Amino acid sequence: MIRLGVPSKGRLMDKTFQWFGKRGLTLVRTGSDREYAGRVDGADISLVLLSASEIPRELTAGHIHLGVTGSDLVRENVIGWDSQLEAVAPMGFGHADLVLAVPKAWVDVDTLDDLDAVCAQFRAGHGHRLRIATKYHRLVRDFLRAQGVADYQLVDSQGATEGTVKNGTAEAIADITSTGETLRANHLKILSDGLIHASQATLFRSRKAPWDTAAHAVMDDVRAMVA
Amino acid sequence: MITAGERARAESLLARLRAAGAHPVEAALLQPAGTLLDLYGEDIRARAFTTQDPAAGEMMLRPDFTVPVVQAHMAEGAEPARYAYMGEVFRRQEEDPTRAREYLQVGFEVFDGARPADADAEVFALISDLLAPWAPVPATGDLGILIAAVEGLTTSDRRRAALRRHIWRPGRFKRLMDRYTGQSEPLPGRAALLDHVRSEGAMSVIDQAGPSVGLRTPADVATRLAALAADAEEPAITRAEAEVIDTLLTMDGTMTEALSPLRDLAVDLPALSPAADRLEARAEAMARRGLTPETLPFAPARGRTAMEYYDGFVFTLSARGRSGQAPVATGGRYDALTSVLGQGRSIPAVGGVIRPGLLEDTP
Repeated sequence: MIRLGVPSKGRLMDKTFQWFGKRGLTLVRTGSDREYAGRVDGADISLVLLSASEIPRELTAGHIHLGVTGSDLVRENVIGWDSQLEAVAPMGFGHADLVLAVPKAWVDVDTLDDLDAVCAQFRAGHGHRLRIATKYHRLVRDFLRAQGVADYQLVDSQGATEGTVKNGTAEAIADITSTGETLRANHLKILSDGLIHASQATLFRSRKAPWDTAAHAVMDDVRAMVA
Repeated sequence: MITAGERARAESLLARLRAAGAHPVEAALLQPAGTLLDLYGEDIRARAFTTQDPAAGEMMLRPDFTVPVVQAHMAEGAEPARYAYMGEVFRRQEEDPTRAREYLQVGFEVFDGARPADADAEVFALISDLLAPWAPVPATGDLGILIAAVEGLTTSDRRRAALRRHIWRPGRFKRLMDRYTGQSEPLPGRAALLDHVRSEGAMSVIDQAGPSVGLRTPADVATRLAALAADAEEPAITRAEAEVIDTLLTMDGTMTEALSPLRDLAVDLPALSPAADRLEARAEAMARRGLTPETLPFAPARGRTAMEYYDGFVFTLSARGRSGQAPVATGGRYDALTSVLGQGRSIPAVGGVIRPGLLEDTP
C-alpha cells in the first residue's frame, strides 16, 4: 500500500482527478461533499486529501509516498528539494509564473541589469535598500544571488502583494501570476528577464517514505501509467 | 556538535595568539540583523540563523566575529591594536546539509594603518606558524590589484563605480565589462526610449507610462534616464585595458612570479603601479619573517566570491589532500568594510580565522 496525497479542494483537485483518470487510475471522493476522504479504484493506493501547501512537507517527512502540488511550493519550502523528492511527472495544469515586477512608470527599467543599477541608485538616494515584497523568499533570493543583483531587501507579503507598491511598503514585487491582469491593474510591469520559476502542478515522489517491495511494485505500475 | 577535543585545541590556539601579544576580546552571540544585512545584503539570510527579539527586533546568531570586533575597536580601541578571540559561529547550510552549522573559530585581527605590508605578513606568518604541525597548503591573492585596475580604467566615474560595486560578483562584473567594452548588444528599444525622452522630455514620458507608485519618484527615474543617455555616448573601454582586467582575473602562479607581469600590465594601466608596489612590499615583509614568496601560490583574484568583502591581501590554508573541505584557516584585509561600519571613518584592518574543528587530533 502506498499513500498518494492530492489537493483537497477546488480546480486543482478536479484537474488532478481528471489527470489520473485519463491515465487509467480512478480517484474517487467518498463520504459527503465536505468529508476529506477518498479512495483509488483498482490499485493498492490509499488517497490522502491535503491542502496543496501541506503536501511538500508531508512528502519531505515521508508521510506520503506520492503527492501532487505546485513545483513553486516544493522549491520554496524544501531545502535541496531534488535530493529529497523526485519529480515523477509534470501534469500540464496549474501553470503559474513567479515573476519580478516593477512600476510601469519606471520607463528606465526593463531588465535585471536595470533593476540592479536602480537598487544602487535607490540606496544612495533613499538611505535604505530597495524593497521587494514577496512570499517566495528562498526562490527570489536564490534567483537574485545567481543573477548578481545587490542592494535590495525582501519584505514579507503573504497576500495582496501587487498592492504593496501603491501602499508604500515596497518598491517592487515578486509574485505568482498566470495572466498578468492583477499586475497591470496595479500599475506594474514584468521585467523582460524576470521569470524566476515557471510553476505547474507536478507529481512528486518522496525518497524518504517507506519503500518496501510491495510499494516499489505499485510505484512501477504508476510509472507505467503516467509515462 | 563541537567536541571537547575541538574546544581544547581552540583554547590552546587562543593561548598562543595571546602569547604573541594579542588582546582577547569577546563578542555577543546574538547580533543585530540590521548591521549584517546592510553590510552583506539579503545573501546573508541564506548563511545566518535569524531570530526575533521582542524589544531589539531581528537578531542573527553570530555568523562571524569580524563585524563585532571592528565595532568594539572603533568604539574604544586605540591603534595599533591586536585582538584575539575564540567562540562559536553559526551558519545555515542550505546547499550542503552535511556541513557543520555550528563550529568554533579562533581569530586574530590587526588594526595598524602605519605598516600595512608588515601587518599582512604578520597575520599570515602567525597563523601559518600556529598551523605548521598540520602542514596545510597555503594560497594567497590580492583583490586590491583588481580594484586598483578598475579604478584606473579610462572611462566614466559611473562605470568605474558600477564595476567596483560588483568586484565580488563575477557574473555581474563580466556582464558590465561586456557592455562597457561593446561586446554585448545594446538593449533593444533602449535607443528608441532615449530618443523619445529627448524629443518629449523625461517627465512627459514617465507620466505617459503610468501613475507614480512607491517611493521611487519620477525625479529618480528622470535622473537615471539622464545617466543612461550620458552612458550611451560614452566610448567603449579599450581592448588593451579590458585585456589587463582579463589577465588579472586568470593570472595564477607564485607571489614573486606575479610581480614582473604586473609591472608590464602597469604600462597599459598606470594605476596598477601602486598596487604592484604594495604586493612587492608585502613579499619583502614575508621574506623578512622567513616565509618564501617565491614558492607561495598567488592569484590576484583569489577570494573574490568568499562574501567576506576582502579588498586587499587574502589567504587560505587548506588541509592537505582534502580539496572538498572548507579551508582550515582564511583571512585577509578588509579596509572597505571598516569604512562602511565607521560611516566614512576607515581603519586599515587585516585578520584571519582558524577552524579548529577541521584540524586532525594528532597532526
